[in-house]
Amino acid sequence: MPTSLDTAANPEALRRIVIEPVSRVEGHGKVTILLDAERKVQQVRLHIVEFRGFERFIQGRPFWEVPVMVQRLCGICPVSHHLAASKAMDQIVGATRVPATATAIRRLMHYGQILQSHALHFFHLASPDLLFGFDSDPAKRNVVGVLAAHPDLARHGILLRKFGQEIIRITAGKRVHGTGSIPGGVNKRVTPAERDELRAPLADVLAWAEAGVRLVAELFAANRALYEGFGTVRSSLLSLVAADGTLDLYDGVLRARDADGGILFDGVRCADYGARIHENVRSWSYMKFPFFAELGPERGWYKVGPLARVQNCDAIGTPRAEAARQDFLAQTLGTIQHAPLAYHWARMIELLHAAEVIERLLADPALLGDELTATGARGTTGVGVIEAPRGTLIHHYEVDADDLVTMCNLIVSTTHNNTAMNEAIRQVARQHLDGHEPTEGLLNHIEVAIRAFDPCLSCATHALGKMPLAVEIVDAAGALVTRLVRDAEAL
Amino acid sequence: MTDAPAPQTFQMDGHDVAFAPGQSIMTAALAAGRYIPHLCFHPEFTAHGSCKVCTVKVNGQPHASCTTPARAGDVIESDTDELTQLRLNLVQFLFTEGNHFCPSCEKSGGCTLQGVAYELGMTTEHFSPLFPDRPVDASHPDVLLDFNRCILCELCIRASAIHDQKHVFALSGRGITKHLIVNAESGRLADTALALSDKAMTVCPVGVILRKRQGFAVPIGQRPYDRQPISAVATAHPDPEDGHE
Repeated sequence: MPTSLDTAANPEALRRIVIEPVSRVEGHGKVTILLDAERKVQQVRLHIVEFRGFERFIQGRPFWEVPVMVQRLCGICPVSHHLAASKAMDQIVGATRVPATATAIRRLMHYGQILQSHALHFFHLASPDLLFGFDSDPAKRNVVGVLAAHPDLARHGILLRKFGQEIIRITAGKRVHGTGSIPGGVNKRVTPAERDELRAPLADVLAWAEAGVRLVAELFAANRALYEGFGTVRSSLLSLVAADGTLDLYDGVLRARDADGGILFDGVRCADYGARIHENVRSWSYMKFPFFAELGPERGWYKVGPLARVQNCDAIGTPRAEAARQDFLAQTLGTIQHAPLAYHWARMIELLHAAEVIERLLADPALLGDELTATGARGTTGVGVIEAPRGTLIHHYEVDADDLVTMCNLIVSTTHNNTAMNEAIRQVARQHLDGHEPTEGLLNHIEVAIRAFDPCLSCATHALGKMPLAVEIVDAAGALVTRLVRDAEAL
Repeated sequence: MTDAPAPQTFQMDGHDVAFAPGQSIMTAALAAGRYIPHLCFHPEFTAHGSCKVCTVKVNGQPHASCTTPARAGDVIESDTDELTQLRLNLVQFLFTEGNHFCPSCEKSGGCTLQGVAYELGMTTEHFSPLFPDRPVDASHPDVLLDFNRCILCELCIRASAIHDQKHVFALSGRGITKHLIVNAESGRLADTALALSDKAMTVCPVGVILRKRQGFAVPIGQRPYDRQPISAVATAHPDPEDGHE
């Protein structure tokens, strides 16, 4: 792993501070910080303490059930899992060309999801830190505080999210955990009345989205030194891009850049992800550590998500978002922006892009068509890759002749960012904690860095059977009775 | 010319319910638009009263309403707190004995067990789940058997034996080990005579006998119990081919 703060030389002699749970993120995680007698930071780790195990219990289930089952990974971005699994299962049913109507409906569902998730993250979860200050009064540093101090902003955030969820309801059947996408297409038309219902608030949605971009840009400009330096760690970037290099969050090819913006690989078919991305496990987290195979685990870690995407693509294919992207790029004069807090800016650009794409899709006659599914020659392997709100999401399945899943590999957005998040909080610890007595406000700095990545810790924990586990049984006096260890190498 | 005899009636929850000779309390009640929760009853097959969810009190004594003949003048209690609690506990037992994960089950919205659970106001399983290990049988090219959801209602057994004349299904074991089996030396569905056109393919009240590759084809909002509860569907369409799956 990359830095000295990953593992302290003598952890047993150090003072231990725990932030648990990390708040205003999706899922459950904790941070441990080890300080020496001079309050020097010796070790910082983001631990993912949830265990989910979907990769294992999806085995033996019929393939058509998978898009519905795996979306239960998450209550915030279930659409991403629903669609990634569906895209994988398209290959199982041989739907090499999903009907245009089904693709339009799926895209609408996906961009509605991007819009609602980004709105949730920025307005509900992150904006309290950015508007009030990282060490402001914690009693007000929440969405209720935002409602009191900036009622219009908070209301627009809530309405943006509602709009996105209405799109999901109409395309998937309900706002959370619908069933709209099935192998080979979708199960539900969009009616003209439903399309018109979604068109009605579009002007407001676009205006609120643009205002969101302006707000983040102003926050960035007002305190540029803090925003650019806070927890900043250089790394490679990964995302899907469309075949023409533009931003595409639903489909495309894999592209990676190094920390300076040079292309590491491009045009990689989703099915070939395994040749480019390998995974490591660590004993202290249920979350795996992916890396680029060609760079190895020490140097091959990377960032995904909005910050990677808006810089990895050649352009955004919608005018307002592209203009916002150019403003964003102008800040770094063509070099790669690595600041975690810049994620918020990129996220708002994507929210605006999502609103523009939704506007286009609602004007597309293909959306209202009747051809909903396709099938073809049966396949045995399916890889579905999609850009979820938090980054690249990979679903990989093997299905046997009896229609049952025999292998499942999920590399979830937050998992890609695992090392980057750990490195960012180590950087923040060096910058803000070293030598100080930790206060709530200082510890919130750690959480601010994690929040910038918008992690979904629930989604990201699937290492069953692949990670080493240690179980310790202690007696009432705290003495160790038994220690059971499963070594990853032995599996 | 003689007047037709006045229909015979019994009283159920304070209402007169007319019945024809030969009807059970259940069939008379459903025909009269009065729902009694049930799982193993199916109007096309001889009732055998095994699930007990349809238990009512007849003149103060508990009876399975699907197997108890309607009798003039009887006083029936059905919609009472006591019987609802009894039925709820029976349904909760079934949920905890099997692996019923409604969120990812393709039968959701059309499942009798789920529909009855909603009808009874079930919000939790209450009892500790047993999480039995029940591998699916996917050997048949067009049919999946997901034993995780079996409630031992024997409807598939009755349909296959009586209607299809095939005897594809049977129960084996006793007590908590009782389970659904298929009639093949290999134990595999692929080696039975089951066909997609069989009546046994249509009667499973839960998600055990499934046509492969059809799951989730019906969108949310258009499934049998999306628009109205099972009590309304069952009394509006007593014919099982017409919505009461």
